[in-house]
Amino acid sequence: MPIKRLDKTPMPVRQAGLRAHDFAEVNRGYGAAQAAFEAERCLRCQDAVCEDGCPVRVPIPEFVHRVATGDLRGAADLLRSANPLPAICGRVCPQESQCESRCSMARRFEPVAIGHLERFVADWERSQPPTVAPNLTRSERIAIVGAGPAGLVCAGALARLGYPVTIYEALHAPGGVLRYGIPEFRLPKAILDWEIGLLQALGVEIACNVIIGKTITLDALMNEMGYAAVFIGTGAGLPRFLGIPGEELNGVMSANEFLTRVNLMRGFEFPEADTPVQRARRVAVVGAGNTAMDAVRTALRLGAERALIVYRRSDQEMSARVEEYHHAVEEGVEFHWLTNPLEVVDDGHGWVGGLRCQQMTLGEPDASGRARPLPVAGSEFVLPVESVILAIGTTPNPLLTRTTAGLATNRHGCLLVDERTAETSRSGVFAGGDAVTGAATVILAAGAGKRAAQSIHEALQARR
Amino acid sequence: MAQILEARPLTPVTKYFRLAAPLIAAAAQPGQFVMLRVREGGERIPITIADYDRAAGTISLVVQQVGATTSLVCALEAGESILDVAGPLGMAVELPARGHVCGVGGGFGSAALLCLMRELRRRGLATTAIVGARTRELVILADELAPLCDRLEVCTDDGSTGFRGFVSQRLAQLIEAGGASRPDQVIAIGPMAMMRAIADTTRGTGIRTLVSMDPLMVDGTGMCGGCRVTVGGKPMFACVDGPCFDAHEVDFDVAMRRNKAYQAQERQARDRLACMAQREAR
Ligand SMILES: Cc1cc2nc3c(=O)[nH]c(=O)nc-3n(C[C@H](O)[C@H](O)[C@H](O)COP(=O)(O)OP(=O)(O)OC[C@H]3O[C@@H](n4cnc5c(N)ncnc54)[C@H](O)[C@@H]3O)c2cc1C
Ligand SMILES: Cc1cc2nc3c(=O)[nH]c(=O)nc-3n(C[C@H](O)[C@H](O)[C@H](O)COP(=O)(O)OP(=O)(O)OC[C@H]3O[C@@H](n4cnc5c(N)ncnc54)[C@H](O)[C@@H]3O)c2cc1C
Ligand code: SF4
Ligand code: SF4
Ligand code: FES
Repeated sequence: MPIKRLDKTPMPVRQAGLRAHDFAEVNRGYGAAQAAFEAERCLRCQDAVCEDGCPVRVPIPEFVHRVATGDLRGAADLLRSANPLPAICGRVCPQESQCESRCSMARRFEPVAIGHLERFVADWERSQPPTVAPNLTRSERIAIVGAGPAGLVCAGALARLGYPVTIYEALHAPGGVLRYGIPEFRLPKAILDWEIGLLQALGVEIACNVIIGKTITLDALMNEMGYAAVFIGTGAGLPRFLGIPGEELNGVMSANEFLTRVNLMRGFEFPEADTPVQRARRVAVVGAGNTAMDAVRTALRLGAERALIVYRRSDQEMSARVEEYHHAVEEGVEFHWLTNPLEVVDDGHGWVGGLRCQQMTLGEPDASGRARPLPVAGSEFVLPVESVILAIGTTPNPLLTRTTAGLATNRHGCLLVDERTAETSRSGVFAGGDAVTGAATVILAAGAGKRAAQSIHEALQARR
Repeated sequence: MAQILEARPLTPVTKYFRLAAPLIAAAAQPGQFVMLRVREGGERIPITIADYDRAAGTISLVVQQVGATTSLVCALEAGESILDVAGPLGMAVELPARGHVCGVGGGFGSAALLCLMRELRRRGLATTAIVGARTRELVILADELAPLCDRLEVCTDDGSTGFRGFVSQRLAQLIEAGGASRPDQVIAIGPMAMMRAIADTTRGTGIRTLVSMDPLMVDGTGMCGGCRVTVGGKPMFACVDGPCFDAHEVDFDVAMRRNKAYQAQERQARDRLACMAQREAR
């Protein structure tokens, strides 16, 4: 009989005072006993409402039950059948607004720690010898553009269906945001490398340093190179700026630049690695999503004495995962809610000397349904910082759409696709992930890649 | 991985490379660049495509040694490989349909005139190339450029060969002379100070002038925004919107300041490399 304990089994974490100075992973993961203990909290509901909160409908009670009974191989296989990136999603899914938010336990107590259990099972799976082998039986070759979660998952699913697949990636390493955006202390690169190794074991080819639309056009892929179908998973990597005075000063940068220098280029190891990164004493990060939390916690780890979040709305509107927020608080990040940046102040030498802000108050809900922030008259003040990092959102990169005729986009530059088939306005060209939805989540991108693989398969079957 | 087919020093601090890069050679246009990386843990740096040979599947680069990464590149020889080469990136330079185009090159910038002059001639335009350097030994690629353009002007600061003075002064003379000497469009590529002088020379003359900006870059694909240049008061990403921009709209003060953002770390990297080289020599 399941034992009803009220609280989640806590995730073992590294001590805040220590971890805030290095890049090793914060969460240490459940041990086998903790995992079994937590798994036993699940009520195995007849109507597993938790699954309604999961974009890929992981069979939650079934896999959790296998953890409870010690059948980890069974749990791993079940999990992977629904979610191709379990070790990653277990770590980075916003569980509190997805699966765990629906859990029946959550009505009275704390929900079952579905994310932590998912991570536990996937980490166990990584400790086992992989069991895949290539089985590329089909003649139609498929090209994938972009090696983020959408592209990687689509490639894996197609390879399992027997298609020879090549992924083309613009950067020198695959992974997309998982490589250049999400830091090591939250998602160790070794996990990403293992997943990529698995794809290669399935026979997937990855060609880095190829920018589709520049090195090779989409038309050349389809015509001269003879790919039977193309999947576009180019993400939403183009950073937004505020458009306030002083943004061109030295020391102002996008979170993408800051995080890319640190993660992709390993700037935290400079000068052992060649790419430098600015290590400012006081850093303000504008925004309150996952990107902002990653940037501000990275700034701390690079030695900032003060690392500030500046956000014009309140903590209620923050979009970051709750866990990241809690970790940031523990690590000493300062939060300036209802604070709107007006100008980056010049220190007199062309560098950031401060961030002039205005206090805000919450008004009526706006178009997004969130309370509209309104300025408080006479409330201006200057935050004394030497660096300003902007994490206020990204939009799809226009590199490919600019050079390709007939790829329809909406006014935000997102690719338009048929909702059912994921096919774009061009026949044989499919798309998914952030390139279609705008900046979203890893699991949505992974789910889109998986569904697109299925519809590519169906389209090719129908063509025969 | 791109194999180096040919490598030869042009001056003590610049080296010419020809690489096997068939996909890039097939797609390259004048004005575009590649991002390269020489080793694991290495920096990604942008280098202009000096020339390309579609039939042979090769591209040419000219690299000037200014810091750690360019020193590592310049140490490479034929037969070795460059770890990562990605491109062609950036927009092709906009060329007019007819008329007379003058390309101005300073330092490694002269190299980029190779494919530019060849392409202009192919399109039947009149061409002038002005290349400059401090002194005779530092002038690069003049012999290669001469047959590709209608008129070649070599300038040296000390007058050791060609015109004595700056490329901008020679350009001013050609504009002054008028007639067939006067270009309808100018495209300048080289050190920021030179490009600014060219912008000042043509300001008010009605001659359309483009400069090829070289801000710091990380990815080269529009993902970081580190390459922002202020053009007409607005931020533009040099790697996707440029690198060529209207010279009279570019804010050179901002551009020059932004390129110094990592000076302290660049010095540190350079010293470290020199120190490691010394240790190896010992
Ligand atoms: C800092 C940060 C933290 C985040 N944290 C979380 C989190 O905790 N939880 C969560 O669920 N989500 C998080 N997200 C969002 C999540 O990472 C994205 O939604 C997801 O990565 C989107 O996947 P994708 O495959 O669509 O695109 P991406 O991951 O953006 O990958 C796109 C890839 O395509 C390549 N590419 C682009 N154009 C071309 C081209 N023309 N030719 C070839 N290659 C090209 C790019 O280089 C890139 O590698 C975070 C995002 C950021 C930036
Ligand atoms: C579009 C473009 C085309 C270029 N074409 C060429 C070329 O054809 N040949 C050539 O020799 N150089 C070219 N450069 C400049 C070249 O990229 C830099 O010299 C190189 O990155 C310096 O690296 P480093 O580690 O050797 O020197 P560092 O020690 O990093 O820097 C030395 C100096 O170079 C500048 N610099 C540093 N990093 C960059 C960077 N990523 N981009 C631009 N400048 C930088 C700095 O302002 C500094 O003054 C180009 C730059 C751009 C943006
Ligand atoms: S994939 Fe994400 S949303 Fe789905 S069950 Fe796992 S953690 Fe929850
Ligand atoms: S809703 Fe909660 S308790 Fe019920 S099956 Fe899902 S995880 Fe278990
Ligand atoms: S170099 Fe990163 S956006 Fe241009």
